[in-house]
Amino acid sequence: MGRMTELPTKGGFSFDLCTRNDMLLKNGLQMPPFRKTGTTIVGLVFQDGVVLGADTRATEGPIVADKNFEKIHFMAPNIYCCGAGTAADTEAVTDMVSSQLQLHRYATGRESRVVTALTLLKSHLFSYQGHVSAALVLGGFDVTGPHLHTVYPHGSTDTLPFATMGSGSLAAMSVFESKYREGLTREEGIELVAEAICAGIFNDLGSGSNVDVCVITEGKTEYLRNYQLPNPRTYISSKGYTFVKGQTEVLSTKITSIQPKVEAVEGGDAMEE
Amino acid sequence: MYKLIIKINVVGKLGRVWIAYMPTQLVWDKRFFVVFGQNASRCSKQVASPKSHGGEKLIRCLVIGSACSHSHPLPYLEKKKVYFLARSISLLSSLSFPLALSSPTNHLYSLAAMSIFEYNGSALVAMVGKNCFAIASDRRLGVQLQTVATDFQRVFKIHDRLYIGLSGLATDAQTMYQKLVFRHKLYQLREERDMKPQTFASLVSALLYEKRFGPFFCQPVIAGLGDNDEPFICTMDCLGAKELAKDFVVSGTASESLYGACESMYKPDMEPEELFETISQALLSSVDRDCLSGWGGYVLLVYAALLTPTEVQEKILKGRMD
Repeated sequence: MGRMTELPTKGGFSFDLCTRNDMLLKNGLQMPPFRKTGTTIVGLVFQDGVVLGADTRATEGPIVADKNFEKIHFMAPNIYCCGAGTAADTEAVTDMVSSQLQLHRYATGRESRVVTALTLLKSHLFSYQGHVSAALVLGGFDVTGPHLHTVYPHGSTDTLPFATMGSGSLAAMSVFESKYREGLTREEGIELVAEAICAGIFNDLGSGSNVDVCVITEGKTEYLRNYQLPNPRTYISSKGYTFVKGQTEVLSTKITSIQPKVEAVEGGDAMEE
Repeated sequence: MYKLIIKINVVGKLGRVWIAYMPTQLVWDKRFFVVFGQNASRCSKQVASPKSHGGEKLIRCLVIGSACSHSHPLPYLEKKKVYFLARSISLLSSLSFPLALSSPTNHLYSLAAMSIFEYNGSALVAMVGKNCFAIASDRRLGVQLQTVATDFQRVFKIHDRLYIGLSGLATDAQTMYQKLVFRHKLYQLREERDMKPQTFASLVSALLYEKRFGPFFCQPVIAGLGDNDEPFICTMDCLGAKELAKDFVVSGTASESLYGACESMYKPDMEPEELFETISQALLSSVDRDCLSGWGGYVLLVYAALLTPTEVQEKILKGRMD
């Protein structure tokens, strides 16, 4: 017999359900749709740093699963990353590299560099040959200046002055190609990013809801969550539905009170010498 | 379950074919039709009997759906046996779905192009109110279109102030629950306290993402009271992508209807009684529009009041049993 107890695993993927899932697929059952971020994500370099932008819609097949999903993930205090593709993959990959960067900062005692994050991401994604479906726009400001990169699910990267990814990338790129120039100011940069994301929101079905913007400059990062809300919910009736108490038929009820637990105080009395 | 038999009785150029299965997609051709089971008497039947043109023989089509299909009287039925006219056996091979021809054990996946999540059917919803949260589920356990149980538990307790509902494939839901209880008990032994809901959500997410390339087919809905009795709800897809919502989360085969019902019925800062009514009505109206879930409802409401101890109410709802 194999191991009876299950110890917490050491990390990394575990493939033990794969044979069962293959058998299910062969017998005709379809794989479920994963939550994807249809998405428009963009980044651009302006004169003092980098601006990143993203929409906030998460889809599950054709259904909107989350109307206000955060797609700009923290990597380091001076590096942020926007993610498109399978939501679980982007979250897990950015969390993992963020932890690795933190450990690296402790080991070196220096601020993280964008190329470090880039190399960690691309080597992880390449080793899974594109099966970890995460398309990322990575931007940050380190000692060498502002940097903006795109990372594709198979592990290739590009270094660009302005970049777009996701299903709405064409809509956003059209805005950038017409209006981008070198040496934009902060306000112009934010304005342009918001316009590009809105182009994605209104023209791409996989992107929608609100605009998130993140501005990274030397020594300072500003995460403007819900910078613009171009799709407010105006159709709600102000009265809403009111249900009379007792309207629902109940077959049985069980009520239990939770006894408050006595908490052990942390760092209680010091030990006597 | 259903036995799959093929009994062929060739009468001249025509054959009598009996095939048994439980389809979810109906396929019929002018010349031959399929299906009904040996257990046909237990299923509701829907019959279409188009008369063909140009002198072809009268063809009968019998289509068996689930318990949720309509039934029409069958005047030409003899003792619940229905027989079909088919041109030849070779036509059977051109049916557009795979037929499992042999053993009784091969009934499970044979003809349905169903999603794995639709195998058992489920509906789960959690909502946040003022210092309270409610989590509700349906009670049906089915095997494709047949109902097997009407008191199936989908909402499980992790500790007094944290509950998890698991939709999707029932076996994976139960396995996930057992793994989570195990991990939580280890945590309790090490930390000497209960897990916070946010930590638990990260644990569930990590366990699901570990199986990224061979996932558990379940979608959890987590609801709990965090610090300062702040209600916390969260859902994930089967890979562990968290969705932290401030109002409501839904999961299961009835999720599309649940999204609609909750969007309209939800109001922020509801008191416990109103929250109970709202979540029950949202659940019952949504499962009415889903064949695979329903058969009653189960609502669990946790209310943390200022002076009285925290109260947990579990109610079984009366719903349509179809």
